[in-house]
Amino acid sequence: MSDAATALREPWPDLDRQRDGVLVGIWLFIASEVLFFGALLLGYAVYRALYPEAFRIAGAETEVFYGSVNLLLLLTSSVTMTIAVDASRHGMRRTVIACLALTMLLGAAFLMFKGLEYSADIAKGLFPGAHFPLQPPQTQLFWGLYWVMTGVHAIHLAIGIAIVGVFALILWRRLLPIESPAMLGVATYWHFVDTVWIILFPLLYLVDRS
Amino acid sequence: MTDAAIADAAVDTQPASYLTAGHTLLSWLTTTDHKRIAILYAVSITLFFFIGGIAIGLVRLELMTPHGLFLTSDAYNRLFSLHGIIMVWFFLVPSIPATMGNFLLPLMIGTHDVAFPRLNLFSWYLYVFGAAFTVYALISGGVDTGWTFYTPLSTSYATGYVVAAATGVFVVGFSSIATGVNFIATAHMLRAPGMTWFRLPLFVWAMYTVSMVMVLATPVLAMSLLLVIAERAFGLPIFDAARGGDPVLFQHLFWFYSHPAVYIMILPAMGVVSEVIPCFARRTIFGYAFMVYALITIAVVGFMVWGHHMFVAGQSPLANLVFSFLSFIVAVPSAIKVFNWTATLHRGEITFEAPMLYALGFVGLFTIGGLTGLFLASVPIDIHATDTYFVIAHFHFVMVGGTVSAYMAGLHFWWPKVTGRMYSEAWARFAAITTFLGFNATFLPQFVMGWNGMPRRYHYYPDVFQAWHVMSSVGALILAVAYVLPLIYFGWSLIYGRRAPANPWNATGLEWQTSSPPPKENFHRIPRVDVEPYAYDAFVHLPTTDDRAPPSLPSPASGGG
Repeated sequence: MSDAATALREPWPDLDRQRDGVLVGIWLFIASEVLFFGALLLGYAVYRALYPEAFRIAGAETEVFYGSVNLLLLLTSSVTMTIAVDASRHGMRRTVIACLALTMLLGAAFLMFKGLEYSADIAKGLFPGAHFPLQPPQTQLFWGLYWVMTGVHAIHLAIGIAIVGVFALILWRRLLPIESPAMLGVATYWHFVDTVWIILFPLLYLVDRS
Repeated sequence: MTDAAIADAAVDTQPASYLTAGHTLLSWLTTTDHKRIAILYAVSITLFFFIGGIAIGLVRLELMTPHGLFLTSDAYNRLFSLHGIIMVWFFLVPSIPATMGNFLLPLMIGTHDVAFPRLNLFSWYLYVFGAAFTVYALISGGVDTGWTFYTPLSTSYATGYVVAAATGVFVVGFSSIATGVNFIATAHMLRAPGMTWFRLPLFVWAMYTVSMVMVLATPVLAMSLLLVIAERAFGLPIFDAARGGDPVLFQHLFWFYSHPAVYIMILPAMGVVSEVIPCFARRTIFGYAFMVYALITIAVVGFMVWGHHMFVAGQSPLANLVFSFLSFIVAVPSAIKVFNWTATLHRGEITFEAPMLYALGFVGLFTIGGLTGLFLASVPIDIHATDTYFVIAHFHFVMVGGTVSAYMAGLHFWWPKVTGRMYSEAWARFAAITTFLGFNATFLPQFVMGWNGMPRRYHYYPDVFQAWHVMSSVGALILAVAYVLPLIYFGWSLIYGRRAPANPWNATGLEWQTSSPPPKENFHRIPRVDVEPYAYDAFVHLPTTDDRAPPSLPSPASGGG
């Protein structure tokens, strides 16, 4: 396996150890990310507990259609990503690259729908400021959190798409063998971004909605 | 002499090392060698150390008289804010981990590099990128929020470049997360054969625990600053009281990072001192296992004490009580460490080389810093001392008297290893003693005036405090001299210093078993470890005639070495 040899990098003694190392690294990074979003979720929890009525009024204005479509898109993208990981274990080069491309496409579709949703929100004047349409003023806290939460998630997803794209290109140009341990890192990050949406979706679109 | 002979002679005077692996600027800027990245960091943080130092030098000069000398109140606010932001995030947090940690972690555990060498280089570029934002904020006029960015001052009322400054801190935070991830993965995955967890030098344990804190605390700071930026730049109300937002929520998020950040600064210092003291007392460290448990306890409990920064912010009395209790708990592992360093000295063959002087200074100053922390952990006393110079003096005893002293101890201790040169011992001892005297002259008066009611951050103050302020400013001048001195004799040693042997201090530890400076790959052969750390009582005192072959440790297993 001369292919596997080129995947081995300094300072790792062998490829298995390197694969474990990638997993340790990415999970530590995700632990860090969990606290990054955790701070935001804490703010949400505090304000929701303080102003349940304002949060009910504000939450009823989110576009549940776009949110649901996007949930579907991201869940599907995690499926294609999982297939890519499995295919890479078996050295199925074309399947890996096709699945990565599909994953990117689904991620891009998410961002497109997110853009449509944002323009619908802005058309309704739901960006906090002087002429905010909802009352009481605490509804602006919900919408402030909405923009930060979805914005930070969208940035994560955009970075994810870029990473998957670069990685697919590297595999396509055969700069790394298809069994590269980096695959696990890329996939774990992608699933994390998906998981964040699974948490944000009910908080922003479903809670208290009748 | 033939050309080949001349070339041979050149090789002989300058042995191949990581320093000779490339001479161009590009070879430094694209390096993935952890030792070179450590030096990139060292140069950058030294620059920021002096920028932050000049800022506070001007502040101390201004405070010589009760009604100011040459600064407007606005400029005064911007200078102390600048000092805090730069010293905390661009000097203290990266100081020991990013320089000595980067350089030594792979050497101490016996491997070729950190787990992710390119991520390591990336972290330095993140640091530079964040620094660029901060320098931009500084050049365009600075910020007047203090280093704490409290809302609503930072969101509604500040006049400076808050967004740029906060972005700089946000970005540099990710550089410490990257370093933390790298160190933890390295310590877990790349230890040399026989290097079990309880054979790790305490410096490695310190790097491991501090990395945990960096990885888990820094993101919360990042988010709280992001929310400040969202509010200031885009008007998104998160902490705006007019729309129901809670400014105290910001304080909770901020201190959830910034109290553990104190441990990000002090844990590495404890690691350095735990290497230096056994070496110059020629004794194994007292209570190794408890030193490890103490590091872990400090890191864990450090996450649960942030509320003691908000005793006067309207927290419930119950919350105050709990945070107060937990803050007292941190004193236990800290005291264990101080007792163990002291017990290590007991019956040791103590010599007073410069690193040892700095390390002993650390123990004394850290003890005072820690004990005054107990005053502040107690709710009624804290209410009296909140926002006074007493608090300033307390945390400077820990961060400057503690961390900077330890940083200097480590710098002197490992300088021969890093550069392959010896510095002037006499000048270094002089600087160490001057640091200690200058430090105390600066900050002891601040305890007194703080206790008597002098508030922090005030530009103008009542005449009764002038004597204390003058003492403190004169102390700062002495301290400035003590910090500039190493710049001179270290610089001198790079050119004229005597060549350092592989192990100038006869220290244990794998980093001393390779040449000074180490080869690019650290070890030509990965070492095998079969002795406990700090085996100074078993150390063989061989006369070091050959620089390349340091005295080695006795190895019970014959296959060792």
